[in-house]
Amino acid sequence: MFIDFFFNLKSQGVPVSMHEWITLHQALAANLNDCSLTKFYNIGRSILVKNEIYFDKYDIAFLDTFKDIETTDEMLEKILEGLKKVKELKLTEEEKRQIQELNLDEVLRNFEEQIRQGHYKNHVGGNKAIGTGGRSTQGAWGYNPAGIRIGQGESRHKSAVQIAEKRTFRNYSSSITLDTRQMKVALSHLRSLLPIGQGERLDLDETIDATCKNAGEIEFVWESKEKKSSKVLLLMDVGGSMTPYSTLVERLFSAASSQISRFKHYYFHNCLYQDLWIDIERNESVSTMDLLKSEDPDYKVLIVGDAEMAPSELTWKNGSVDYWYYNDTPGIVWLQKLRDKFKDIIWMNPLPRRSWSYVQSIRMIHSLFPMFELTLDGLDEGVQYLIKGKKDHLNH
Amino acid sequence: MDYFKGTDDYVISPNLRDNVNVSIALGRPLLVKGEPGTGKTLLAHSIARGLGKKIFIWNIKSTTKAREGLYVYDTVQRLNDARFGDNDISDIKQYIKLGKLGEAFASDEQVVLLIDEIDKAEIEFPNDLLNELDEMSFYIPETGETIKARQRPIVIITSNSEKELPDPFLRRCVFHFIDFPGAELMEEIVRVHHPDIEKKLLRESLKKFYWIREFDMLRKKPSTSELIDWIQALVVGGVPIKKIETEIPFVGTLLKKKEDVDLVQTSGKNHYAYNTSSRTRDVY
Repeated sequence: MFIDFFFNLKSQGVPVSMHEWITLHQALAANLNDCSLTKFYNIGRSILVKNEIYFDKYDIAFLDTFKDIETTDEMLEKILEGLKKVKELKLTEEEKRQIQELNLDEVLRNFEEQIRQGHYKNHVGGNKAIGTGGRSTQGAWGYNPAGIRIGQGESRHKSAVQIAEKRTFRNYSSSITLDTRQMKVALSHLRSLLPIGQGERLDLDETIDATCKNAGEIEFVWESKEKKSSKVLLLMDVGGSMTPYSTLVERLFSAASSQISRFKHYYFHNCLYQDLWIDIERNESVSTMDLLKSEDPDYKVLIVGDAEMAPSELTWKNGSVDYWYYNDTPGIVWLQKLRDKFKDIIWMNPLPRRSWSYVQSIRMIHSLFPMFELTLDGLDEGVQYLIKGKKDHLNH
Repeated sequence: MDYFKGTDDYVISPNLRDNVNVSIALGRPLLVKGEPGTGKTLLAHSIARGLGKKIFIWNIKSTTKAREGLYVYDTVQRLNDARFGDNDISDIKQYIKLGKLGEAFASDEQVVLLIDEIDKAEIEFPNDLLNELDEMSFYIPETGETIKARQRPIVIITSNSEKELPDPFLRRCVFHFIDFPGAELMEEIVRVHHPDIEKKLLRESLKKFYWIREFDMLRKKPSTSELIDWIQALVVGGVPIKKIETEIPFVGTLLKKKEDVDLVQTSGKNHYAYNTSSRTRDVY
């Protein structure tokens, strides 16, 4: 029963290793969980799971494995109801002595047997079955020093399962939400690909020079490498069908702007043409051509948009969705130019992946750019793509 | 065996306390993650105080190398000494200086070792410490000495998850994620720092604090330590409670970026004001 938990975790995608599994058993062997399932839940989580984004998956696996325990709890509750009805039994000294002789193993065996035989229904008195006021070995307010106490004190089993059931960490789960902080972590990978910080290289010539001047006492001169950081260009679709995702895009924006030192961003509507807008209201713009000419090709480019539009917006002259806007080069040509200029370029789509193949314009854009879902996993994949220049999984 | 119960000046959740004790019992490092200002670093101090042990703190910077924590061999000093003959250079020992990790190992009694902000260092840094943390010993080739911990130190490692930590390192740790405290726990935490705070003031300031934290667009959300500073400012400044309800006095203690201040200031003056993100959410 217990090893199932390990495989349940595995099948939920939590990266658990044997190493951690054995550690957990060491902890259990030392009874660090105090025989409590709630504590077991916590300890198991702290030993097996090393990232809060898996907490939710841990909860699911825990529920899957230990939900059966809840059913025993339900049974116990039935017993409890029955127990409350009868007053305590009065025993003679002789009877008390007899009861004391029962040992714990026997009690447990007896208890299991009772359960197997289904003797757990409301039961009053008697010497064998569970019930209230009886002299059998189980039941509350009964009289047996070695008896199992049912229903007195809190039922810890249930509470652990309840905690797991609440799934408070659902929000940290990587496939659902995109918290600004999590986006920052994802985007920080972009930062880490370039050397940052001071390099410590010995400048030999300068060192010899300085040492000579210092009358032979060694004096080191260190050369510091130039501090580099990644350059990111973010192009965002605003307005129209993107409105429902604006919160998501805002978050990505705020994460990127605080995380990346050389960060540029522009807006467009549905598809980009000869102008890129500086502000969301689309009042001020820069020329796309100028951008393509003047910027370095080593920018990492993220385009965010649902890519959902009429095919004419991509392929027609003057195809822009805004009637006041005239473009003599079709949008798809601009996109191709953009792709040819910047090697590392991805398209982030807030629509779920499964819907992409049903929309023609998405298919067209997907054929130009590697496309990723705008979820934490998708962002991670996309960033990995930007770093490595290739996809890990060919699942598009 | 040592059992950590917590200290008066540090509010600890039962889960975290359990995890601390598990990590002590198993002799494995406790990795603590969480938002800045949730008391990750203070935890180590609290453990040291609670158990009456000495604490060694190793602050990690982006240039820190794993070796520095073990020992530093001051070759330059030795070279200079060789040239000018000040010291007996054949005794290499005097040029070996133990780092924080080395000191913790060499200590006679059990100590608490805090490795603070491990994610600041190079990505390979934690991997370089695997064996040392596993065996709690290391070898100094220059002197042929092996430094071995007489008492396994209690190791607390904090991370702001700026970088992902390598899997082999994670496997050896006990992990705890400090969730941002809810209003009830926060009240308790504030009371530790300001024991005689007026109830109404506390309630109003907390209300305001969580309201500000609701903004998704904030570049930097205010954290516990900022709340405590802010309340300190409110108490010292003698701000009437009415004023907290309508505006945010000393906003600079809570929000550290101009954009954030602007965002909150323009969002109106009461608790139910305009919040960009929730407004756009309501549209659809």
